Amino acid sequence: MKSALSIATVILAILAGWYAAAALMNASLQRDAYANAGRTDYSTRDLIADSLNMERPKLPAPHQVVSELYRLVLATAPTSKRSLVYHGAITLEETLIGFLIGATLGIALAVVIVSMRWLERSMMPWIIASQTVPIIALAPMIVVILNQFNITGVAPKAAIAAYLSFFPITVGMVKGFRSPDPLMLDLMRTYSATRAQTFLKLRAPASAPFFFASMKIGAAAAVVGAIVAELTKSEDGGLGARLLEGSYYGQTVQIWTALFVGAALSAALVGLIGFLGRATERRMGFVP
Amino acid sequence: MNGRRLAERVADLLPPLAFGLAVLAIWEVGVRLLHVPMIILPTPSAILARFLTSIPTLAADFWQTIKGVLIGYAIGCAAGVAVAVLVDRSGFLKRGLLPLGNLVSALPIVGVAPIMVMWFGFDWPSKAAVVVVMTFFPMLVNTVAGLASAGAMERDLMKTYGADYWQTLIALRLPSALPFIFNALKINTTLAMIGAIVAEDFGTPIVGMGFRISAEVGHLGIDMVWATIAVAAVTGSLFYAIIAGVERRVTFWHASYRAKEA
Repeated sequence: MKSALSIATVILAILAGWYAAAALMNASLQRDAYANAGRTDYSTRDLIADSLNMERPKLPAPHQVVSELYRLVLATAPTSKRSLVYHGAITLEETLIGFLIGATLGIALAVVIVSMRWLERSMMPWIIASQTVPIIALAPMIVVILNQFNITGVAPKAAIAAYLSFFPITVGMVKGFRSPDPLMLDLMRTYSATRAQTFLKLRAPASAPFFFASMKIGAAAAVVGAIVAELTKSEDGGLGARLLEGSYYGQTVQIWTALFVGAALSAALVGLIGFLGRATERRMGFVP
Repeated sequence: MNGRRLAERVADLLPPLAFGLAVLAIWEVGVRLLHVPMIILPTPSAILARFLTSIPTLAADFWQTIKGVLIGYAIGCAAGVAVAVLVDRSGFLKRGLLPLGNLVSALPIVGVAPIMVMWFGFDWPSKAAVVVVMTFFPMLVNTVAGLASAGAMERDLMKTYGADYWQTLIALRLPSALPFIFNALKINTTLAMIGAIVAEDFGTPIVGMGFRISAEVGHLGIDMVWATIAVAAVTGSLFYAIIAGVERRVTFWHASYRAKEA
C-alpha cells in the first residue's frame, strides 16, 4: 500500500515534468507558428495551451500520446495498416518465434556445455566475450543474407530476435546447471547416480530460478532484436517500421505511440515470465 | 611461483584460442571449398584484406561512434550514481522510483533513438543522448542496491565513531556499493555500443560504424560490413576489459577476487 502510493506519486511527478517539458520545448515552435499566421495578440496561456496540442510537436504532451494510442489501438480495425494492433502483432510474432528458437538453442547449448568439460573450457570464454560485443550490429546483414536465400517476411527478424536472446540464455543456464553445491553433487555420487540421472534429478531442477531469470532477459532482448530488425526491412511493417517512418516524416506522436506499444509488449512478456517463475518457484520450494 | 602462475594462465587461454582458430580455419576452408558467394559470406582472409585497405574509413567511423558512446556513457553513469545517492536519502522516493527503474530496464529503450535524433540533430550528440538514457537506469538500480548492501554491524560501527551521513556515505557505503556500481558499468559498456550503433540508423553525418554497416549492406559490400563488425566487436570487448581491469584494481578486497588468489 505504502509503496503503491510512492509509485503513484513518482508517476504523477513524471507526468507533471513531462507537461512542463512539452510546453517549454514546443513554445518556440508555436511562437514561429503564430508569427507565420500573423498573430501577435496571444497570451502566455494561449501559448502554453497551443504548444501542448501541436500537430508535430518536438515533444508531444501525454494526453496527445494517449488519445493517439486510443485512436490507433482501440478505434482502428486491427486489420488496418494504420492500426498499432496490426504492427504490434507483427512484432510480437517475430519476437515469440525468435524467442522460442533462441531459448531452445540456448538451453540445448548449455546442456552440451555442462556435460562436456573440454567444450566449456574452449567455448565458454567466447560465449561470455560475445556478450560484450554489440551483436545487434549484425542485424541488417542477417536480414540481407537471408534475403539472398529468398527467406523474407517474419523469418529474418525472428532469426535476429533468436540470435539476441540466445547468448544471455546460454550463459544463464550454464550458471543454473552449475548451481547445485558440491555437497549435493557428492550425495548423488554416493547414490551412484549416472551423469544423466544427476542432470535430470539435481542439475535441471536446481536451475529453475536461473531459467526464469534468463528467460526474462532473453525475452526483453528478443523484443529489441525484432524492433531493430524491422528498421532494416521497414516495408513489412512492425513497431520498428513505425519508429523509422515517424522519424522520416517528423511524426513525433507516431514515434511515441510505437514506443509505448513496444514498451507494453516487452513489459507484458517479462511480467508473464516473472509471474510463471514466482508460481513455479513457490511450488518447487525455492521461496518460503 | 610466478612462472607457474604464468603457465597456468597460458593453459587457461589455450583451449579458447584453439577453438577460435579452428572456427576461423573451418570458415575459410568451408567458404572456399563450397564456393559460397562473397555476398553471403566472405572468407576471413578477404575480410582482413578489406580491413587493411580501408583503415582510414574505419578509423573515421570508429571516432564518430566512440565519441557518442564515451560521452553518453560518462554522463549516463554519473547521473545514475548521483540520482541513486539522492534517492537513497528518501525511503519514499526509493519505494516509488525503484520498481519503475526495474520496469524500464526490461523495455526496448533503443526506441528513443528517433526522438533523440530529432531533438539533438544527426551528429554525435544525439547518439550520446540515446546512450545516456540507456545507461542511466541500470546504474540507478544497481547503485541503490549497492548503497543498501553495507552490513548493519559496519553501520553501527560508523555510528559509534559519531560519523555523520556524508562521512558514512564516503567511508563505508560508497565503497561497499562499488561491486554493484562496477556491475552496472560493465553492463553499460555493451548497452552504450548498442545504443550508439542503432541510433545511427535514424540519421548520421554519413560517418560512423552503424551508418557504415547499413550503407554497405545496401550495396552489398559484405566484406566491409564484416570489417566494421570486427572493429565494433574488438571495441566492445576492449571497453569491457578496461572496465573489468579497473574493477579488479579498485575492488581487490571483494570476496569474488580474494577466492581466486588463495
